[in-house]
Amino acid sequence: MKYLIIGNSTAAVGCIEGIRRHDTTGEITVIAGEPHHTYSRPLISYYLQGKVSDLSYRPCDFYQLNGVTVVYDQAVSVDSENKSVTTADGKVLPYDKLLVATGSTPTVPDYSGLENVTHKFTFSTLDDALAIEKQLDPTKRVLILGAGLVGLKCAEGLVARVASVTVVVRSPKILSAVLDDASAKMVQTHLEHNGIAFKLTDDVSHFEHNTAITEKGEKIDFDILVLAKGMRANTHLLNGIAEIDRGIVVNHRSETTAPHIYAAGDCTQSNDASSGQSKVMALLPNAYLQGECAGINMAGAEHEVKNNIPMNAVGFFGKHIMTAGNYSGEEYVENQNGVYKCLFLGYNKLNGFILVGDTQGTGIYTNIIRNQIPLDTLDAESLCKTPSLSAYDKSTRQKIIGGTLE
Amino acid sequence: MKKVYVNEQWCLGCRLCEVHCTFSQTGESDMARALKDKELTSNIKVQTDNTHSFAVSCRHCDQPLCQKSCITGALSKDCGVVTVDTHRCIKCYTCILVCPVGGIAVGESGVAQKCGLCLQTTDKTPSCVKGCPNAAIVYEERG
Repeated sequence: MKYLIIGNSTAAVGCIEGIRRHDTTGEITVIAGEPHHTYSRPLISYYLQGKVSDLSYRPCDFYQLNGVTVVYDQAVSVDSENKSVTTADGKVLPYDKLLVATGSTPTVPDYSGLENVTHKFTFSTLDDALAIEKQLDPTKRVLILGAGLVGLKCAEGLVARVASVTVVVRSPKILSAVLDDASAKMVQTHLEHNGIAFKLTDDVSHFEHNTAITEKGEKIDFDILVLAKGMRANTHLLNGIAEIDRGIVVNHRSETTAPHIYAAGDCTQSNDASSGQSKVMALLPNAYLQGECAGINMAGAEHEVKNNIPMNAVGFFGKHIMTAGNYSGEEYVENQNGVYKCLFLGYNKLNGFILVGDTQGTGIYTNIIRNQIPLDTLDAESLCKTPSLSAYDKSTRQKIIGGTLE
Repeated sequence: MKKVYVNEQWCLGCRLCEVHCTFSQTGESDMARALKDKELTSNIKVQTDNTHSFAVSCRHCDQPLCQKSCITGALSKDCGVVTVDTHRCIKCYTCILVCPVGGIAVGESGVAQKCGLCLQTTDKTPSCVKGCPNAAIVYEERG
């Protein structure tokens, strides 16, 4: 059996580990677009911050131990009829089962004058971080466009190494995809105390060399520009081969609509168990679980992942944020002493949550959302106050603590 | 393999398991001195709703979601035991976000901390098991 994996990040690693649980001899080839051992993308901001020097996602003997051949090259086309992939170097790699784990690419808006800006970067790869690092010194002024997780982790990573970091964001709040107004304000204040400046409800109208002129008419001089305006799934290799919406559409088995072709990670679109909607959930745990699921099925065993949801755990300067699910339904809110909790409840379900400042036991909430456990089987009142297994009835709890979870 | 199990009907809610677990982490020989003015940082935690209590620690799941979700590869499962490489943990707490039982906590230095079944001890018996006065916590093989 010839397994071919396009991509060398989380979903690819999940796939390799999934395959090897069921097939220890099949040939696995990875096409790696970046010239690095598999590394953890979220670590690039920690690298800039000086908190980590080794970004490896798996030990250096990972490929060897798993019998994986890595081809450092770009995949340029998939031939689904002849079951092969062609690379930029002209290699034609055959497959029996193919995983597309091509990730996502930063979207760069078409700002007028952007072409004349010097030292402009996006922030999604190790090479991005290394290129930014070369420009860093304590006199530099950094302008970041976008206040999502990428923009803000970049800001955190840079602020101690430069003169200033200013973040311009079109939305009236930061982290608008994952936080509500109250928690966004709380996190913004914390980031401001740590030296990051924000311009909300504004965007760059155009650039005059290294000066940004905003829509509100403000002029911001900068030395380094980071564009963090969102990511787009890399779907192009399967154009005309499999169904593509905002991402490559996959089912619970990580299969695309094309035979023998699987997809996993940030390039895909799949079912959100918390809302029932098909969406791009570009998050590392989901990438691993989808990749692993693909690997198991590619190796001929049976596996489904039905309970992926949007979820994030992220810290900024020691303040921790956890979010999951969707934000529909009635709100249960606690907000005191720098700790914020908002649970979203409706239709007998816990739909989602936003927690800032206290993380203990949060997985108990996440599990209830992922598995869509009806609230009327739980002590919902105590659950809202504290995430505890005491919310379960005794026999369910005994199954959980008296046994081993699947 | 042997794991720590809690028989809820015998749990007194006394939290001595938390005390013994915290003590075992200090490497000291005198409990009173080791734990004086120290906050408990146990890997086993008593959960209670005032009518009943039960201690919870890592289940060392067959398919550990914490390990699969770890963004740095700091968590691994070897010989059935899920462990954290504290040097690789970057304190994002994705493991805490996904653990369905609340079996992972923030340790003293901020890194993720969890039960390792006291495998480093000479008698290879978890300290929570040895310290439970009512034999509610057991270390045994179950199907």
